[in-house]
Amino acid sequence: MLYREAGQFKTSYAKDQAVFPIIQDRWFIALILVVAYGVVPFVANEYWLQAVLIPFLIFALAAIGLNLLTGYAGQLSLGTGAFMAVGAYATYKITTAFPEINILVVFVMSGFVAAGVGVVFGIPSLRIKGFYLAVATLAAQFFILWLFNKVGWFYNDNPSGTITAPPRTFLGIMVTGPEATAETRYLISLTFLVIFALLAKNLVRGRIGRAWMAIRDMDVAAEIIGIRPLQTKLLAFAISSFYCGVAGAMTVFLWLGSAETEAFDIFVSFQVLFMVIIGGLGSILGSILGAAFITLVPIFLTNAPALVNLPMPTDLGKHIEEIIFGGMIIFFLIVEPNGFARLWQIAKEKLRRWPFPY
Amino acid sequence: MDLMNILFIAPFLDMADAPVFLAEVVISGVLTGVMYSLVALGFVLIFKASGVFNFAQGAMVLFAALTLVGLMERGVPVWLALIGTAAVMVALAFVIERVMLRPLINQEGIILFMATIGLDFLLQGVGQIAWGSNVKVLNVGIPNKSFEVGGILLNEFDLFAALIAAVLVGVLAVFFQKTAIGRALRAVADDHQAALAVGIPLTTIWVIVWSVAGIVALVAGIMWGAKSGVQFSLSLIALKSLPVLILGGFTSIPGAIIGGLIIGVGEKIAEIYWGPAFGGAIEGWFAYMLALVFLLFRPQGLFGERIIERV
Amino acid sequence: MNNARDIGDVLLKVEDISLSFGGVQALTDVTFEVRAREVLGIIGPNGAGKSSMLNVINGFYHPDKGRITYKGTTRTKMRPHEAARQGIARTFQNIALFKGMSTLDNIMTGRNTMMHRNFLWQALYLGPARTEELEHRRAVERIIDFLEIEAIRKTPVGRLPYGLQKRVELGRALAAEPELLLLDEPMAGMNLEEKEDMCRFILDVNDEFGTTIALIEHDMAVVMDICDRVVVLDYGRKIADGSPDAVRTNQDVIDAYLGVSHD
Repeated sequence: MLYREAGQFKTSYAKDQAVFPIIQDRWFIALILVVAYGVVPFVANEYWLQAVLIPFLIFALAAIGLNLLTGYAGQLSLGTGAFMAVGAYATYKITTAFPEINILVVFVMSGFVAAGVGVVFGIPSLRIKGFYLAVATLAAQFFILWLFNKVGWFYNDNPSGTITAPPRTFLGIMVTGPEATAETRYLISLTFLVIFALLAKNLVRGRIGRAWMAIRDMDVAAEIIGIRPLQTKLLAFAISSFYCGVAGAMTVFLWLGSAETEAFDIFVSFQVLFMVIIGGLGSILGSILGAAFITLVPIFLTNAPALVNLPMPTDLGKHIEEIIFGGMIIFFLIVEPNGFARLWQIAKEKLRRWPFPY
Repeated sequence: MDLMNILFIAPFLDMADAPVFLAEVVISGVLTGVMYSLVALGFVLIFKASGVFNFAQGAMVLFAALTLVGLMERGVPVWLALIGTAAVMVALAFVIERVMLRPLINQEGIILFMATIGLDFLLQGVGQIAWGSNVKVLNVGIPNKSFEVGGILLNEFDLFAALIAAVLVGVLAVFFQKTAIGRALRAVADDHQAALAVGIPLTTIWVIVWSVAGIVALVAGIMWGAKSGVQFSLSLIALKSLPVLILGGFTSIPGAIIGGLIIGVGEKIAEIYWGPAFGGAIEGWFAYMLALVFLLFRPQGLFGERIIERV
Repeated sequence: MNNARDIGDVLLKVEDISLSFGGVQALTDVTFEVRAREVLGIIGPNGAGKSSMLNVINGFYHPDKGRITYKGTTRTKMRPHEAARQGIARTFQNIALFKGMSTLDNIMTGRNTMMHRNFLWQALYLGPARTEELEHRRAVERIIDFLEIEAIRKTPVGRLPYGLQKRVELGRALAAEPELLLLDEPMAGMNLEEKEDMCRFILDVNDEFGTTIALIEHDMAVVMDICDRVVVLDYGRKIADGSPDAVRTNQDVIDAYLGVSHD
């Protein structure tokens, strides 16, 4: 009854092409933003911010990045972890070499570094597709992490081999380092996600998004109508890696505080891929929903047995997690290959008719 | 100049100085390569017959080895444990066909590929919960003595592994080329719908091919497990068979073998002679980089067919 | 009649084109020309090399030998996207739409070559990028009106019936505002009514926009009705070239279609 678009007439193409053409959607999004900015930081405790919300926001950003590449442009990548690592290490190098540059600017700069690396590893995509490309991106995954491990320059020859977030401020408030509060880090992550999600949405609904989808759906036909495969695919790699790079920088500087290359190993790549699949290939909203699901499941698994007074060793928990992830992937691909995003759409359709069956 | 020396001169001098050592490196590479080939073989079988790129082949290797060790630890004699594990792999093929492949029939290859990534996680989790995740020793009674031929140290176990692989490949080649089921398998690989139209029972074919791949996985699991213990890292090593496939082509059984040998020998030589120049541990990525370079110049692999695009 | 339109100079000329795949000779020394604003039919039995010829013209296949002169510039090969940028658009025998995208988006991709704002503007979706997007949306809506597919504007094309998909594909080609439109069996698999609609669209495009059209078609009645000139291929060679009436009575053409004993 409440969710109706009857009476909302679109009188211009601009209105028809808006991100949220229906007024109820706009209210809903506004409400979520108000809660996320105005309520959550005051009610959520340290644990929730640090263990749930911050990783969720960061992974959502990485998932959007991978979704641009895999879901929109159709280029399968298993190297997400490596591109995130590039962002993290680039931030570390830049901020230790030039402490005077604002840390948030450094995040974006690192994104561009990751974009460059992404383009290099995207070059094979011009000749190879599908699984072949997946294997090629594995080369990025293993080679880049090995490089960061072996070459001391990347971690400033630090004997522990880790990169640690130094204290940095933004507008006089401590943003990174041990003294930065979880609330601050949460708000920064949230802002990054909101801005970059909007930018991604704009990209995919315009010329570039259409070119990506055309390449995904039928690359030969795309080329014949004038889309250049070279530029289109490399741009997808660049922008996707930019997102992953920023997410990687945030992983170390806003979430973990310090990390080694293990924080970005191949399981991270898989995890982000799962978010994209479960959330919905080719959907920005889906990437965020998928990230929420994949970050919440382990939290639930570690806490659920304690709630019913059942002791659970951690490795057992890890294996159950594997089973649930694996099972969910297969389940989703069978039942709804378009993931949460599609379920969300169906729910909206139902809501539009409710309480009538048709 | 120094760099040129380290990269292009010194390694070859080292090789020439100690030919016996070089031979040993090559042989150990060949044997690692045989192991990769065995895993790759499972991939090729499934890809050839169902067009599915089975990412879970590595997990199947781990699952088979875990099941075998688990049964033996519970006092089951070796021969019975082998039969039992083979039966489990066939049962697994049934379940996979029923639960995963049948509902995904006619979906795009990429969807099936992702489903097998899910299967990979599922099998790892189930295997380790059922049989435990600690490192286990697998001893199925293969002799493991070393002997010398012309100053080169050889190991009976390795020779045995190579022999098994050769026999397996021979049997599979005959199976694919000469039998009616083999022909049906190739037909299904070409076109699911066309195969159905001429009356090939798709589901039966899939069960057969996944069973065969399961048994190949068991053989690979025994070899790997007996050599380096049954543990989680087995499924990671199996990832290495992906570059093997790129080299060999996804549909070629001889390609899987030769690709495996190239990767096995290549990465051993690279590690020993060039590794120090790079700071070591280049085994971890060498195979992937080799595949990447290879892809740029010959995307269809050594033995794959040239792709002609039409509209 | 068709002859009333004023047919201009040579727009495209192919000379001595030969193409082979492995050992198979797909085209042998084919020469013909397409004049501005005419509707040219390319006919021939199955496997005569008609689709290959279109693929050569728009750069998807590179001929082993021969020259192509388009708008006065001679070339031996170019990439398909370059051909698109020079005003050559086409449709396909087996529909080649982007199945995951809506009708609107599919047709919008046809205008991609005309959109120039870079990705930073796109990401912001402000100012020039937005104006550009809306401008092209207006142009695309005109095509949607023209083809009478308003109702399926937002439907993913994968869900549309065959005849409508063909129409959307024509729309995508038209969106590029081509000078030369290549249609590969635009009416294959259609019923009579759909064929009549499609003929009407083709003639209207030719009439209203002055677009030059080269089409492959098996339905002789259609070819004879709408084409100004017909080129006949058989086994990769040109065996006839002329007005529909002249071609209809050509002995080689009759032999090619009915078969003749070679003794």
